[in-house]
Amino acid sequence: MAAPLLEVRDLGVRFTTRDGQVTVLDDVSFTLERGERISFVGESGCGKSMTALALMGLLPAMGQVSGGMINFKGEDLVTASESRMRQIRGNEISMIFQEPMTSLNPVFTIGRQIAEVLQLHRGLDRRAALARAIDLLEAVRIPNAAARIDDYPHQLSGGQRQRVMIAIALACEPEILIADEPTTALDVTVQAEIFALLRDLGAKLETAIILITHDMGAVAQMAERMLVMYAGRRVEEGRVADIIKASAHPYTRGLISCVPHITADATRRLDRLPEIDGIVPPITSFGRDACLFAPRCGRASEACHGGRPAQAEVAGHKAHSVACWHPHDGGA
Amino acid sequence: MAVRAGYALALLLAVVVLNFTLIHIAPGDIADTIAGDMGGATEEVMAQIRADYGLDKSFAVQLGIYLGNVVRLDFGYSFFFNTPVTSLIAERLPATLLLVFTAQIFALVIGVILGVISARRPDGLLSHFVTLLALFGYSAPVFWTGIMLLIGLSLMLPLFPVAGMIDVTLIDAPLWRQYLSVAHHLFLPALTLASIFLALYSRLCRASMLEVLGADYIRTARAKGLSERDTVYRHALKNSLGPVVTLAGLQFSAVVSGAVLVETVFSWPGLGTLALQSILARDTPTILGILFFSALVVIVGNLLTDLVLRLIDPRIRAGGG
Ligand SMILES: Nc1ncnc2c1ncn2[C@@H]1O[C@H](COP(=O)(O)OP(=O)(O)OP(=O)(O)O)[C@@H](O)[C@H]1O
Ligand code: SF4
Ligand SMILES: [Mg+2]
Repeated sequence: MAAPLLEVRDLGVRFTTRDGQVTVLDDVSFTLERGERISFVGESGCGKSMTALALMGLLPAMGQVSGGMINFKGEDLVTASESRMRQIRGNEISMIFQEPMTSLNPVFTIGRQIAEVLQLHRGLDRRAALARAIDLLEAVRIPNAAARIDDYPHQLSGGQRQRVMIAIALACEPEILIADEPTTALDVTVQAEIFALLRDLGAKLETAIILITHDMGAVAQMAERMLVMYAGRRVEEGRVADIIKASAHPYTRGLISCVPHITADATRRLDRLPEIDGIVPPITSFGRDACLFAPRCGRASEACHGGRPAQAEVAGHKAHSVACWHPHDGGA
Repeated sequence: MAVRAGYALALLLAVVVLNFTLIHIAPGDIADTIAGDMGGATEEVMAQIRADYGLDKSFAVQLGIYLGNVVRLDFGYSFFFNTPVTSLIAERLPATLLLVFTAQIFALVIGVILGVISARRPDGLLSHFVTLLALFGYSAPVFWTGIMLLIGLSLMLPLFPVAGMIDVTLIDAPLWRQYLSVAHHLFLPALTLASIFLALYSRLCRASMLEVLGADYIRTARAKGLSERDTVYRHALKNSLGPVVTLAGLQFSAVVSGAVLVETVFSWPGLGTLALQSILARDTPTILGILFFSALVVIVGNLLTDLVLRLIDPRIRAGGG
């Protein structure tokens, strides 16, 4: 089997704060094949966005990668130079964000903002880039594209602005598109349209998609595999169908059990993950050698409080791994 | 924009009425001054003078006549300078306009450059320097700054002329040499006047730039693969200019009043020096004329500010009339 498009192994990220160093990501690993769609799920503050920003080389100033590697087409992005990362960003790996209302620059036309990436990465001149921008606007299903190219962001609705963001992200036909909660700020019907658009364009361009979301319905609809994160760690990873049918980690079970009809009601909106008693521990405890879910877990034992559970394959499933001392078994 | 122009006209009218009233209330009038110049005059002569200048009519009538004249841009006759006020001002206004607008542009350009550089390194040396400069520029009296610059850069180090607006020996020289001479004379006064505002603008620009750099669309620009320089100068700069331009507009009246002092220090032949002379001479028509035109400069400055804001931000373009 050929090497995967992206292989992230034991990725760690630390913040340097006034009170010293805190661990934000701890040994996160996953792989992504060409054209594959994976979803990151987990409660707020679990490190989903930080994982994405680490891939882009756009961690906040106080953050740095403290270990591990990000192997993208045979190149380690952790050690890549800033100028190499600039070639990759927006070109081979793109990202769209949660806030379509504020993610576009208010003082430039959308045409110019789309054309900019083409001029930067494809060396097109302004006219050719603008002509291509019209095609892209059509591709993201904005009606009357040729006329809208001179519009400013404030003349567009939230859904249209997110479409423009998608057009920018896909302009250079990247290998990976990271979508960080792309529909959280949008209406339910618009959400479904955006997901459909992402899926269609991703398939057409063979772009792999990393979808970060709170919406388990979207996971079921959009992704083939999922990565469940808790407190900066990967707790479970596997095929979406396997995990929904028989998740092994108590945290994942908690997440899923609160959404009774995941597959039936795929577009329903959830701002937050459904309730599991308790809260995510403070970020200062992310690095501890223990299962950080233990205080909230019904199956917790001495072992859970005293040591970090290792990643283990789940019996009977292909490529399904879990980090838990007492996992649920496949069938239950 | 038409609405704005309407407001501006109403404002101008209010300024004229207010100025006229204030001057009218103040004790003493032209008759006193003329009588003083003549070394005293009898009551009959005083009455004659008052009648000649229409000072014996009621206040309302005087105001009405004055307004009627102002509309025709007739500000009366200055007996002190022996010239119609309008031509007197027409002669001086360009010099003041040149000074005021050059100073504003100096202050804006240098202020923005300093602001942006210090925003990129908020804890850097330059950033602290800008803060210090702001305090200094704002608290130092403008005539002091002017005199210091004069001593330093025209007397000790004779780089710039001490006074005036043009080298008079160039009267027959080609036009470009005359322009060059004006620019040479303009530099120090404009810098002096700019010094009050420069630091103010750079502080605001720094703050607004810092805020913009944290915006979502800046993250988008970085995610596109743009260099830090393009991110700052292409995406952030235009967004951070709005507040600075707005402030510059609000400061227009302060710049015009600052110009009066600066003109005096540098003997710049503008409205400021004229104002000083005419106030000392109690030359009411000239004072009123100058007040009118200063207000006009401020109002035009504000309209220009609006125009620039519209150019910068498409949302204002859509919003306003
Ligand atoms: N700018 C920041 N300054 C300080 N801490 C931060 C910052 N951004 C994120 N963090 C911390 O880093 C951790 C990981 O945050 P991250 O944004 O990756 O979470 P997330 O899983 O994306 O959550 P959400 O679902 O809310 O987006 C959180 O505990 C958060 O408190
Ligand atoms: S390791 Fe223990 S505490 Fe952690 S999830 Fe598994 S059972 Fe619960
Ligand atoms: Mg996030």
